[in-house]
Amino acid sequence: MGAAQRPTDRTGIDWSARLHVVTGKGGTGKTSVAAALALGLAGGGRRTLLVEVEGRQGISQLFGTDPLPYAERPLADAPGGGRVSALAVDAEEALLEYLDMFYKLGAAGRALRKFGAIDFATTIAPGLRDVLLTGKVKEATTRTVDKRRVYDAVVLDAPPTGRIGRFLNVTAETARLAKIGPIKTQSEGVSALLRSPMTAVHVVTLLEEMPVQETVDAIAELTSLGFGVGRVIVNGTRAPLPAGGLVTEAALARGLRAAGLPAGEEVVTGLRDEARDLIIRRDLEDSLRTDLAELGVPLVELPLLPDGVDRAGLETLSAALVHGA
Amino acid sequence: MPSDNAAPPLDVDRILADPGVRIVVCCGAGGVGKTTTAAALALRAAEQHGRRTVVLTIDPARRLAQSLGLTELDNTPRQVKGIDVEGSGGELHAMMLDMKRTFDDVVLTHTDPAKAAEIFANPFYQAMSSTFAGTQEYMAMEKLGQLHARGEWDLIVVDTPPSRSALDFLDAPARLSRFLDGRMLRLLLAPARTGGRSMFSLVTASFGMFSRVVQKVIGTQLLTDLSGFVAALDSMFGGFRQRAEQTYRILQARETAFLLVAAPEPDAVREAAYFAGRLRAEKMPLAGLVLNRVHQPTVVGLGAPESRAAADRLAAAGGHEGTVEVLRAHAALAEQAVREQRVAARFVEAFPQVPSVSVTAQPADVHDVDGLRTIAAAVSRR
Repeated sequence: MGAAQRPTDRTGIDWSARLHVVTGKGGTGKTSVAAALALGLAGGGRRTLLVEVEGRQGISQLFGTDPLPYAERPLADAPGGGRVSALAVDAEEALLEYLDMFYKLGAAGRALRKFGAIDFATTIAPGLRDVLLTGKVKEATTRTVDKRRVYDAVVLDAPPTGRIGRFLNVTAETARLAKIGPIKTQSEGVSALLRSPMTAVHVVTLLEEMPVQETVDAIAELTSLGFGVGRVIVNGTRAPLPAGGLVTEAALARGLRAAGLPAGEEVVTGLRDEARDLIIRRDLEDSLRTDLAELGVPLVELPLLPDGVDRAGLETLSAALVHGA
Repeated sequence: MPSDNAAPPLDVDRILADPGVRIVVCCGAGGVGKTTTAAALALRAAEQHGRRTVVLTIDPARRLAQSLGLTELDNTPRQVKGIDVEGSGGELHAMMLDMKRTFDDVVLTHTDPAKAAEIFANPFYQAMSSTFAGTQEYMAMEKLGQLHARGEWDLIVVDTPPSRSALDFLDAPARLSRFLDGRMLRLLLAPARTGGRSMFSLVTASFGMFSRVVQKVIGTQLLTDLSGFVAALDSMFGGFRQRAEQTYRILQARETAFLLVAAPEPDAVREAAYFAGRLRAEKMPLAGLVLNRVHQPTVVGLGAPESRAAADRLAAAGGHEGTVEVLRAHAALAEQAVREQRVAARFVEAFPQVPSVSVTAQPADVHDVDGLRTIAAAVSRR
């Protein structure tokens, strides 16, 4: 309980939350990280659910499957008999399902859709859309069959950092609009789960200026709204350069000759310029890493996968996430 | 990009110098340097081509905003000082979009102060003007329309919002106007317009069941607020739609040039290709692709395998540690360049006619005018 908020050392990374919300600036790879986490948490015969809510079909693109329907489908097997299922939550479908649960709509539900009523309802009140999406996530997280939880963990590929506070803060958004009624009750239930120790919000970043700035901002916002921040996941990191600084031109020329390579002035200055740029970049990355460390949230670093994230790459990320390797 | 493809190089200077081009729209996925590119091109238009330029940024990095003198978000263009326009006679103005304020201004222009106050106080307006999905996109286009209508600038450079999908800003105006003008709203509005007591008094019986469900789900208070909101906005419907259509037409006109901005990464390139297809379908003028953050070794004669093998040989022999590192760095860079070319080639294959230009990755982020100038020169291949 509450472990998600406590710093943990690298050897025993604690992912004990049941709902993992994964956010990050666009382009940082949050979908891949969410998928890797779902895969990692399914190890040892566990069941996990990977959920997306933005209609991007990022999961199916990543796994090379057909577009996900609004239904939980097996997505991938994990070592030890575990399994990851996937779900693309659609606000319209969630609303119809929700209405059906409470009002037994049947054909009337289809009429609602025909009228454009659902698009209308979720458009006029964006908070309503979010409460429907998070409501479905809550339902999956807490669902039990024969008093056993259906999923050991649910991983949500959440909206990006710029919108995460509003997305999770469903009560505030709907309270402005719905003073009473089922929407209000629903949003209160969702809010209680999201603010409980069962939920941890993880922020994915790269060692680049804008993503780090957004990470810092998002953590401040999430904390002030009362959400438990789990980890900062630094994606795309590279092995550190050996200490020693930039080689001199003379030493480089000698080295190149020793290796039997051309060592003309153009080659020497060119290669040295490349190395210098790399050092500048890495120094910047180091200072950004320091900024992140100062947040006091545990960091997990994931290696850069030069050839993109395929299934083997996901396993690599997954191992790094769960075992800190 | 790769020199072996058929696409002509993109000549950005020709676009920036062309007096017939009044609007440049930079679009693409998030995180590819869209804002920086927009700012750099605007700076170049002012400094090199003597144009009175304004750049509309959506959500610039703080230090970039500061370098443009954008210390406050006041929703009006401010002249950027300290740039080199003595020779050219150009000017650079910059502004950051304030979504809510732009929406407020739209309301104020279309209605009297009393009605406006009523609208501002409505919870629906408050929700919509700050969180409506697409409001930022819509307001970016609204602001573009306003700047264009003022006719004060030779060139307007627009950055587009970091949307879920880069297409949102094209769809938002139509969606908003469809919404404000839609059948649902008309139905809800009918009683409010006639001053009826019940929300649905004028609606047919078949709609009765539906209305009961709506009332159950969203609550009566919500409907009352909504009705008030819609009634207050009623006078503005025509205005909204008209403006959305106007902006759409401006985007199709010859005075507009769309520049796709991407990085050589699979997602960004896929997004760019999707966008290119969409622009073609909408008959909007796509001028070219700016491929940012491209890695290119300075030393081209030494291939990655050769460099790596030499590094291994040296490392095994001992000594020359500095050279080993340099050779490994070079190999990694050369490999990255090859990978990036492969990714970028996907766009070229799909859109061989679209001119493109590659911009080499900068070792550090850009947040001053000198940095923007360097970027602009690179985009212009000068």
